[in-house]
Amino acid sequence: MNQQNICMNNEIDRPEDSVASVPAIVVRGLWSSYPGRRKGTTIDVLEGVDMETARGEFACIVGPSGCGKTTLLNTIAGFLEATRGEVLVEGRRVVGPDPKRIFIFQEGGVFPWLTVRDNVGFGLGELQRSERDSIIQHYIDMVGLTGFESSYPRELSGGMRQRVEIARALAANPEILYMDEPFGALDYFTRYKMRADLIRIWEVERKTILFVTHDIDEALQLADRIIVMNRRPARVATVVEVDAPRPRDLDSSEYLGLRHRIFAAMGMNHP
Amino acid sequence: MSLVPIATTDNAENHRNIIKPDRVRRSFSVPAPSFTLPLLVAAASIGVWELAVTFSDNDLLPGPALVVKGIIELIRKGLLAKYIVASLFRVTWGFALSVLVGVPFGLFLGWFRPAYQAFNPLIQLLRPISPIAWIPLAILWFGVSDAAPIFLIFLAGVFPITVSAAAAVRNIQTVYIRAARNFGLSRLALFRKVILPAAAPQIITGIRIALGVAWLVVVAAEMIAVNSGLGYLIIDARNAGKRYDLVVAGMIVIGLIGLGLDLLISRLERFEQIRWGSSHR
Repeated sequence: MNQQNICMNNEIDRPEDSVASVPAIVVRGLWSSYPGRRKGTTIDVLEGVDMETARGEFACIVGPSGCGKTTLLNTIAGFLEATRGEVLVEGRRVVGPDPKRIFIFQEGGVFPWLTVRDNVGFGLGELQRSERDSIIQHYIDMVGLTGFESSYPRELSGGMRQRVEIARALAANPEILYMDEPFGALDYFTRYKMRADLIRIWEVERKTILFVTHDIDEALQLADRIIVMNRRPARVATVVEVDAPRPRDLDSSEYLGLRHRIFAAMGMNHP
Repeated sequence: MSLVPIATTDNAENHRNIIKPDRVRRSFSVPAPSFTLPLLVAAASIGVWELAVTFSDNDLLPGPALVVKGIIELIRKGLLAKYIVASLFRVTWGFALSVLVGVPFGLFLGWFRPAYQAFNPLIQLLRPISPIAWIPLAILWFGVSDAAPIFLIFLAGVFPITVSAAAAVRNIQTVYIRAARNFGLSRLALFRKVILPAAAPQIITGIRIALGVAWLVVVAAEMIAVNSGLGYLIIDARNAGKRYDLVVAGMIVIGLIGLGLDLLISRLERFEQIRWGSSHR
């Protein structure tokens, strides 16, 4: 693995923060295969993935479509079983989904039969009414849906529905958020706004985030660490660390260089 | 029997357009016309009926005026109310039984794949047998009593309800199940908070189809297995003096009550917790 530290603001490397240096997610030699059409053949979706992310870090997995990044995230989240290799989260082997680690789906993850309020409160356990209500309201306000508490998802736009899902995840107070192209189905401007809001929320909440995207610019805008995947073989090609304050100006020359490197690592020529 | 679901669905569409939902905020609903258009069409049909009877100059079909007189006669004699109550009583019991059995059984089949694989062929074999074909056995088992038509209505309703409930569970989107599992729901909570509400719209559709079929079957059953009800009225009016005005009067009443039942049950689909199912499918 080719790991590099890119320091954008000419500072000396910041002192190792003891909390940030604890690995939150460790993936070792992960294979994922399923039986092919013909008997005896298998199709390998992941071919020995190794990666890790630190606690409190915003990490992005990028890669061309079909490189297995969604399979990787689903396996890390415990929805899919690995064929070989292991996933450790906070030092423990993952055997299934866990309320401490909430998955945010690309589309349609909110429950259409519940109001915004009830969706956001879905993951809250037994709590006193007033406490429950105040947590729900807090996160509805945080994602900017104040005034829509009693609306049903079908009355909301796609971007607003994703905000509901983010609020629902945060209200459950997880340690980690897994996000599978959460803004992929949204239009350009909504996506832009959602990214900015996600950064604002992350800077307040400081959850570990593992975010899958095929959009290199999205990764450059969001991530502390970009895990770049290859299609053949389907494993991590390189890891790029971006140590720069947000919001980031992607037109600056440093980012151009990074973008080139990521494209090259994915086995593509920059257009 | 395959015509029935289609007919009820059409009613559903009309209904949605006739009655404007109270809350249409930010939803994409067609601008709702009033009752005017459907009433116009009905009036025109009655006009065509009257003209056809007048000009054909034979008694193959009684005209609308005669039929209205027949309905009034039935009301005066107190027969209409009595027969409607008798028919509705049977439908209520038969239908309630089919919901009570069909919904849980369908949910069970939908959730446990082996059970579905085991039972589905049998259900698909029994389902196409018209409930009318069961009439001889129903009379043998239950005699000439209310139990026979109730049994037939139960048979008519239980299959569409079971099949739609099973399909409803099988069609639940993986993302809902995954999201629910992610929040650590117990099996019971998963069922109550996700499976049931996610399946509800399709189950309601099945129940609605079943009610339409049940109403069809009660009339047929009453023609043979009992001596009261709207089906009996029709067969009795013919046998006891070829009173075709009363035959058609009975038919019209059956149609009106069928329409009323469908309007009643379609109100279920307008609950906010259910409505998502019709706009997102």
